[in-house]
Amino acid sequence: MTKRVGIVSVAQGAGAESKDNFYDQAYRITKEVLEKVGITRDDLGTIVTASSDIFHGGISCANSYYWETTGAFLKNASRQDGESLFAFFYAVMRILSGQFDTALVMALCKGSENPPNDTCTLMFADPFYQRPVGLQETLAAALQMRLYLERYGITEEQCAEVAVKNLGNALGNPYAHRKGRYTVEEILGSERLADPLTALQVAPKSEGMVAVLLASEEKARALTDKPVWFKGYGSSLDHFYLGDRDLLKGPLRDAAARAYRMAGIADPQKEIDLAEITEPYAFQELLWCEDLGLCGEGEGGKLIASGRTRRNGDLPVNPSGGVLANNPYVSRGLQRLVEAVLQIRGEAGERQVPKEVKTALAHGTHGFAGQCHAVAIVGIG
Amino acid sequence: MAKEYKTLMTEIRLPYELSYGPVWTRFFEGMAEKKLYGTKCEKCGRILVPARSFCPRCFVDTTEWVEVAQQGTLTAWSYVNYRYFGMPTEPPFIGALIRLDGTDVDFLHLMGGIDLNDFEQVRKVVKNGMKVRAVWKEERQGHILDIRYFEPI
Repeated sequence: MTKRVGIVSVAQGAGAESKDNFYDQAYRITKEVLEKVGITRDDLGTIVTASSDIFHGGISCANSYYWETTGAFLKNASRQDGESLFAFFYAVMRILSGQFDTALVMALCKGSENPPNDTCTLMFADPFYQRPVGLQETLAAALQMRLYLERYGITEEQCAEVAVKNLGNALGNPYAHRKGRYTVEEILGSERLADPLTALQVAPKSEGMVAVLLASEEKARALTDKPVWFKGYGSSLDHFYLGDRDLLKGPLRDAAARAYRMAGIADPQKEIDLAEITEPYAFQELLWCEDLGLCGEGEGGKLIASGRTRRNGDLPVNPSGGVLANNPYVSRGLQRLVEAVLQIRGEAGERQVPKEVKTALAHGTHGFAGQCHAVAIVGIG
Repeated sequence: MAKEYKTLMTEIRLPYELSYGPVWTRFFEGMAEKKLYGTKCEKCGRILVPARSFCPRCFVDTTEWVEVAQQGTLTAWSYVNYRYFGMPTEPPFIGALIRLDGTDVDFLHLMGGIDLNDFEQVRKVVKNGMKVRAVWKEERQGHILDIRYFEPI
């Protein structure tokens, strides 16, 4: 890339259920992200939002409702429906077009108000074949987990360790929705929803207004002493029908390879200092780590057992608590990016990792068992 | 927030009319007659089931219809033991991916024909790789659940 795009400001709302109003909540997060670098709505170049009509709260053409909460009145703005890291990349491209000095990416979700995730994700399924059979995200993930356990000999205890780690990490995250010190036995002993998945291995539904302000290189240096630079991005999409897919060799490998190539990363295990991964189901953190090249194929169980991915390990994964702790559906990918930026800037508070973080990875996924993935690499230097 | 604000309880009901189109229509007419149809991609040779009009990998039309086997191998399963909107039957039930003999993709359906009330027993009986076959309903209406479930052979 000839030009650089900087992340200059981030803001996020708390994930736990609130009696606050969607419209007002979104406005305050937009205000916060702008005020942190001392700019006003008038200075803002363009806006890209991410949301989903179904998850958003039962309002169609949802962006027409919330446009003005993001400062978009009479602006050149657009919206992505679904995973918010896609919206991030569209905003990066808007800066790279040379037409805008600043771009706001805003992901909006107030999960506490919405039907259960399984109800909403049932609507991902086609109405003729998969929906009548009852396919939703949890069932799809359970089928994927069964394959993962059996094909690679990963244990249910190793999968539960992910929930122990992430819900424990979330104790240091004031924005996290679900948190606590749990044992592997408690995770495995929680309600058996869709075997082999138990309730504490399944993400909750959370609130999440998440904002990221981007700027051109020159503008970024003017707005902050601590810009974090966009380094690379990749995405990939798998087949629609669950049965058409190899659920253990999914499109995340392609998405990661594309992101690493753009970022000039040859060895992710050495060059990625920290990863924030979207793991709505505990075992997926292990599978996605494999696909991201953070460990070898089938070695996700060993990775969690090694302790390397703990907050104080040499490859921290989800020091925020991840999506198991906070799951504002479409906002979760962008929230991973916000957490990566905070860690790079040394502003992650109690959840700040002890090691130095120069290059971090943020991952988002949408659809059944990781049908689509997006990977973003950001860093300093 | 200390103050408790009001909450609007609301529900949205929207009727849709979704066309099956020629391929789904033919597939479900087959189900009403206790037949399962797939289509073959001439380019990659894969047999895709349920039938569809094109191969998403080769991006060419599928031209050949084939009746596929009603038995196959269990690829993956999950014992579902909670109620949710749109569940196909009262829990517990088993959601399953099944590779029908001679086909190249997995068929999503249910597994049954065993006592589902005792999970530990189910876990001893149901294994990935086991052979299963379709059990049809007596009354069929051209619907995916005209197959009641797949049972162990």
